[in-house]
Amino acid sequence: MSEDLIGASRALNYEEALLWEYKAGDGSGVDLPQPKITKLRTGQAARESIGLPQLKEPQVLRHFVRLSTKNFSIDHGFFPLGSCTMKHNPRLNEKVARMRGFGNIHPLQPQETVQGALALMFELQNWLGELTGLRSVCLTPAAGAHGELAGLMTIKRAHEENGEDHRTVILCPDSAHGTNPATAAMCGYTLRVIPTKENGCVTLDAFKEALGDGADVAGMMVTNPNTCGLFESEITECAKLLHAAGGYFYCDGANFNALVGNVRPADFGVDVMHINLHKTFSTPHGGGGPGSGPICVADSLKAYLPFPCVIKDDDNFRLETREDRPTSFGRLKGFQGQFGMFVRALTYMISHGADGLRQVAQDAVLNANYIRVKLRDDFHAPFGDKVCMHEALFTDKLQKDAGVTTLDIAKAMIEYGMHPMTVYFPLVVNGAMLVEPTETESKETIDRFVAVMQKIAADVRAGDTEKFHDYPLSSPRRRLDEVAAARKPKLTA
Amino acid sequence: MRYLPLTEDDRAAMLKDVGVASVDAFYKGLPLTPKFDLPDHQGEMEIERLMSVLSNHNRAANNGPFFLGAGVYHHHIPASVDYIIQRSEFLTSYTPYQPEIAQGTLQVIFEFQTMIARLTGQDIANASMYDGATACAEAALMAMRITGRADIVIANELHPQYHEVLESYVGDNIATCVSEDTACVIIQSPDFFGKPANYAKWREECDAVGAKLIVVVTEILSLGLLDAPSMADIVCGEAQSIGIPMSYGGPHLGFFACREEYLRQMPGRLCGETVDADGRRSFVLTLSTREQHIRREKATSNICTNQGLCALAFTVHMALLGEVGFKQLARLNHERACTLADALSQINGVKVLNETFFNEFLVELPKPADEVVKALIDKNIIAGYALDKNRLLVTATEMTSEHDITIFANALRGVLK
Repeated sequence: MSEDLIGASRALNYEEALLWEYKAGDGSGVDLPQPKITKLRTGQAARESIGLPQLKEPQVLRHFVRLSTKNFSIDHGFFPLGSCTMKHNPRLNEKVARMRGFGNIHPLQPQETVQGALALMFELQNWLGELTGLRSVCLTPAAGAHGELAGLMTIKRAHEENGEDHRTVILCPDSAHGTNPATAAMCGYTLRVIPTKENGCVTLDAFKEALGDGADVAGMMVTNPNTCGLFESEITECAKLLHAAGGYFYCDGANFNALVGNVRPADFGVDVMHINLHKTFSTPHGGGGPGSGPICVADSLKAYLPFPCVIKDDDNFRLETREDRPTSFGRLKGFQGQFGMFVRALTYMISHGADGLRQVAQDAVLNANYIRVKLRDDFHAPFGDKVCMHEALFTDKLQKDAGVTTLDIAKAMIEYGMHPMTVYFPLVVNGAMLVEPTETESKETIDRFVAVMQKIAADVRAGDTEKFHDYPLSSPRRRLDEVAAARKPKLTA
Repeated sequence: MRYLPLTEDDRAAMLKDVGVASVDAFYKGLPLTPKFDLPDHQGEMEIERLMSVLSNHNRAANNGPFFLGAGVYHHHIPASVDYIIQRSEFLTSYTPYQPEIAQGTLQVIFEFQTMIARLTGQDIANASMYDGATACAEAALMAMRITGRADIVIANELHPQYHEVLESYVGDNIATCVSEDTACVIIQSPDFFGKPANYAKWREECDAVGAKLIVVVTEILSLGLLDAPSMADIVCGEAQSIGIPMSYGGPHLGFFACREEYLRQMPGRLCGETVDADGRRSFVLTLSTREQHIRREKATSNICTNQGLCALAFTVHMALLGEVGFKQLARLNHERACTLADALSQINGVKVLNETFFNEFLVELPKPADEVVKALIDKNIIAGYALDKNRLLVTATEMTSEHDITIFANALRGVLK
């Protein structure tokens, strides 16, 4: 093991080795019965060396605890990542998810033995249907991007069934999240981009131009509120034109936190949308998942949804079979979806209820607008002083000429004990900084963020800029050499 | 409401600063729904009561003898795993886009990638996929990209749900025989009926036409006893067996490993080693030009959020098991399955169909398997997965006691009379 690595640890700032850098012990951290079998029925000799570490429980626990101390998290502090909705992850969700009857059931058990699980899924379908106004819900997609795939495949199947498979184009604004075009490509669609550079929104004129006569258009993929934090004010009109031309409206639900409990996407013309349970509905981000991306569709698309959905026969709940819905495009994931996340999301929904969810969106939007006005003199807002929804968009225009970029500002935030906002997204503005506070932050925390940002701006104005290129200094690591990582990739120990 | 810190005074002060009378100003012109047909908020106490009722309405695996596998496995999870994954720093952190404050997550991903590569006998592995079925679909898409060919051949008994997912992703490309147009041959090992596959045979078939060999593993524990599929081009599948509860089908843990030469065609996130400004070893997400947020419609996949916390659970459990423990656990599973096979084959009319297996095999019964499964539920036994032609797929793991096996055999004897 690397002695200088461990020697570099100071107080609670740990340097931690890789598992393989510890001296291998002589047993396992798990006590198991000793198998006595000599004659194997595998048809081959037993595998020899694998190359795994060999440590006992105290060493393993310490290793992962020390690693954990190098991570920032929502539980630590402000995490205003635009379009990620880093809200508080309630611990009740975790307690309920661990009830024995939820974790220890198998997806292929006879359904009469899991009526509780099926009832839970049916209830979640109901909540999502009621909140979106899109009553047919499939819970199976594993994450937002998977939900997008499910949505586009549903649309594709609908067109095929209606003899409209010449529709090969998806309209999508240039401000879209990368998963949107990536998903369209996976479905074999060609993208036609709707430019939004002027005012951050899809205008009816720009939409009409992209639509053309609409004969080749399968649908449009729009995030609303959009990735600039603005409600698409002309979207209902665009939806009408799209429908008249025979296309479907897919709404990326990543920003639903601005609308939940107040506005139903069905009411601005949406036919299908995915919900990110790990955004709007508080399931934990876990350092990169698991998420969950159920889709909700209007009646016109109900027949084509992936399967299985949960249905109710008299008093019994069950999973759909192929025979129930032969026009479904099929299965998109093994089994029934991220059930463990359903338990957490439903627990959250019931915790808030209709009144609480209404307040969630309103507080989220208020927090973002408060930040917008407090920073209006210090940071450039690319689309003027427009009312925003749950996130506020800035750029580094006022700091760039002094040599301080969005990247530098982000790294300075780390130094000041906060997670940076989303940077360099959306791509439609240069040096974007997208701030989404969420509703679970106190005014105190938000005022502290505002103070930090104002200080950064003031330092730049005063010419005190050198330090910004070195931030962060106090974090477990300083800026990393990402170029070297990509040039000579080392992906295993 | 316990999750909303803003007070009425805060809201009033903030609205004043923003310069609007109420939040209505933010929703001006939007189609509002004043009332939803949903109940109002509730406290922890009421919710626990409600959810307990739902939980109690499920027959959990540990409530009685349990022999169901078929792609999801009932294994033991050591106590330490849950304590680690519930730490704030792991549970409530985000994708490690700011590596300076995410070295915990990044080093875990690096260790996970290393474990998966070593288990599968491959050069490299990614940070995870949603599950085995979608990992299999992404492997097929990758093989098509690499070879520029269109056909996908499924060569042995692939899990039926994996097959269905493949049909959704690449249905038009599934072909029946290997030819010059074949992008990849997919084999599952052990196959859906529990039989370990012969990799060498399929390697030859692939090489004859220049197709890629994809091996799918649904029970990752089998790699503790069976040979690693190092001769494959891509190895993918499901790692739920280690550290992750069955949880009615999700969240689970797709894994994806392949040869170094295919690196730039891989889907999913990759974590690599580098140094920071002080020259200290560090980890960072790398080669993002393959991914959706950079490459958009030309990305290798649209995947963004994956199964991060499940990958952590796997890594912790594997670290606890270690080289000795993992192999011992695999051997123990096989031993239990042998005991089960012996007990069942002694029942009149019951025939074990597999010559070889790891922890799962087919039995042939003298009557339809779904009737037998139904009858055994009444005796509080979850007997396995019913198939056609009177066949039942049964599984034993380290959680299957000899006592369970005896109860099962006796009950089965009774039901078949």
